[in-house]
Amino acid sequence: MTVPKSRRDMPLTPISYPTLGSMGKTGSWRTFRPVIDYSKCTKCTLCWVYCPDAVITRREDDSPEIDYDYCKGCGICANECPVKAITMQREEE
Amino acid sequence: MAQIVIDTANHIAGYAAKAARVKVVAAYPITPQTTIVERIAEFVESGEMDAEYIRVESEHSAMAACIGAAAAGVRTFTATSAHGLALMHEALHWASGARLPIVMAVVNRAMGAPWNIWPDFSDSLSQRDTGWIQFYCADNQEVFDTIIQAYRLCEDERVFLPAMICLEGFILSHTYMPVKIYDQEEIDAFLPPYKTGWILDVNNPFSHANIVSPEWYMEFRYMIQEAMENAKRLIPEIDKEYGRRFGFQYGGLIDKYRCDDADLIICTMGTMGCEAKIAVDNLRREGLKVGAARIRVYRPFPVEEVRKLAENTGIIATIDRHISFGMEGFLASEIKASLYHMEDKPLLAGFIAGLGGRDVTFKTIEGIAKKSLKWMEMGRVEKETVWVDLRE
Repeated sequence: MTVPKSRRDMPLTPISYPTLGSMGKTGSWRTFRPVIDYSKCTKCTLCWVYCPDAVITRREDDSPEIDYDYCKGCGICANECPVKAITMQREEE
Repeated sequence: MAQIVIDTANHIAGYAAKAARVKVVAAYPITPQTTIVERIAEFVESGEMDAEYIRVESEHSAMAACIGAAAAGVRTFTATSAHGLALMHEALHWASGARLPIVMAVVNRAMGAPWNIWPDFSDSLSQRDTGWIQFYCADNQEVFDTIIQAYRLCEDERVFLPAMICLEGFILSHTYMPVKIYDQEEIDAFLPPYKTGWILDVNNPFSHANIVSPEWYMEFRYMIQEAMENAKRLIPEIDKEYGRRFGFQYGGLIDKYRCDDADLIICTMGTMGCEAKIAVDNLRREGLKVGAARIRVYRPFPVEEVRKLAENTGIIATIDRHISFGMEGFLASEIKASLYHMEDKPLLAGFIAGLGGRDVTFKTIEGIAKKSLKWMEMGRVEKETVWVDLRE
């Protein structure tokens, strides 16, 4: 999308098309980092369902993968994981 | 064949929504809701109206549902009154900011406390700055006609704004009057299918009304202001075309009555405009040069037309069924503001009358007129704001 030069080029109301990272790499906002212990993971995909930022994707075998470039570290996945396979770890640790 | 229906303005508003082929009506069905949506519910239930009737849990939700429906690409309608409108306040801004042509009937009733259910403009005038076009009606026929006209206006690409059609509680809402309801084909010819500036599309997903930085916000506000100015030009055109097609015409922005040579112009809104016409006829019989101007469209405010009216007149008397606490009636303020840049402006006397449904008859208005004419002869207004019939 080009930046409008004049008011005439602007839409009636602001609209946003889904794009990857329009706000920059929001992973830098993170204080706690979710870490998956794949030996405990049952591939139930609940973390994928609950992630509010859609930064968890499913691999071929349904195991989850977190995109740390955009994960803000909210911890919802760790909270929802029924087998406690996800732990939140301080970034600097 | 057009048919004559004798019914209340509430039910007539329902007939108008049906005639406009509204597709979604969202309403909170409990007080202060009115029989407007009850009539629509009956139309939908009986199959006479092909629409979704969404019962929601509050007026705030009613407006949110209308925003969603209008954004999804269908014509929407809702109705509310008094505190219900107040609860809708936040969503009103979202509707106009998203430039969605929603039309809503507002039954004007007083705001509490103290609790009062009678006519008063303080509910809709409190929504003055929400970016909604505001029409004020004087009879049931005008309610029907204005709802149809409003869709045509709001869905014009030069406007794309929502509109409130305001009608006074009880005086119109509960009063039976004969109303001409035209053939559906005639209405369809006047009002084409729904049109809006943008429609949500599952195949090309986007979200709307997103955050906008200071760098861009002002332009979006300015575009609404431009749309209001466009509406001001279009309303008289649409009113004229409507008159040619259906026989009823309301003077566009201002319903003027015997104003041409008037020393005094009585300025009102809503049904007081009808009483003012009777007062004008009576005073003219006494040889007094009096005219009446009923402000039919309050937003956009008809600044230029008010100036034109003021050109050859000695005094304007405004009658407000509303008070902006700590100031005066809005009509008085708006008219003064409109006249400020005139070289030779008339005097202005502001009258507050009819709050909470107190009766304002032609006799009341004749009293207001005589007082104003006396002040005109004196060359000054003795009191800037007069509360009519107030217990001392």
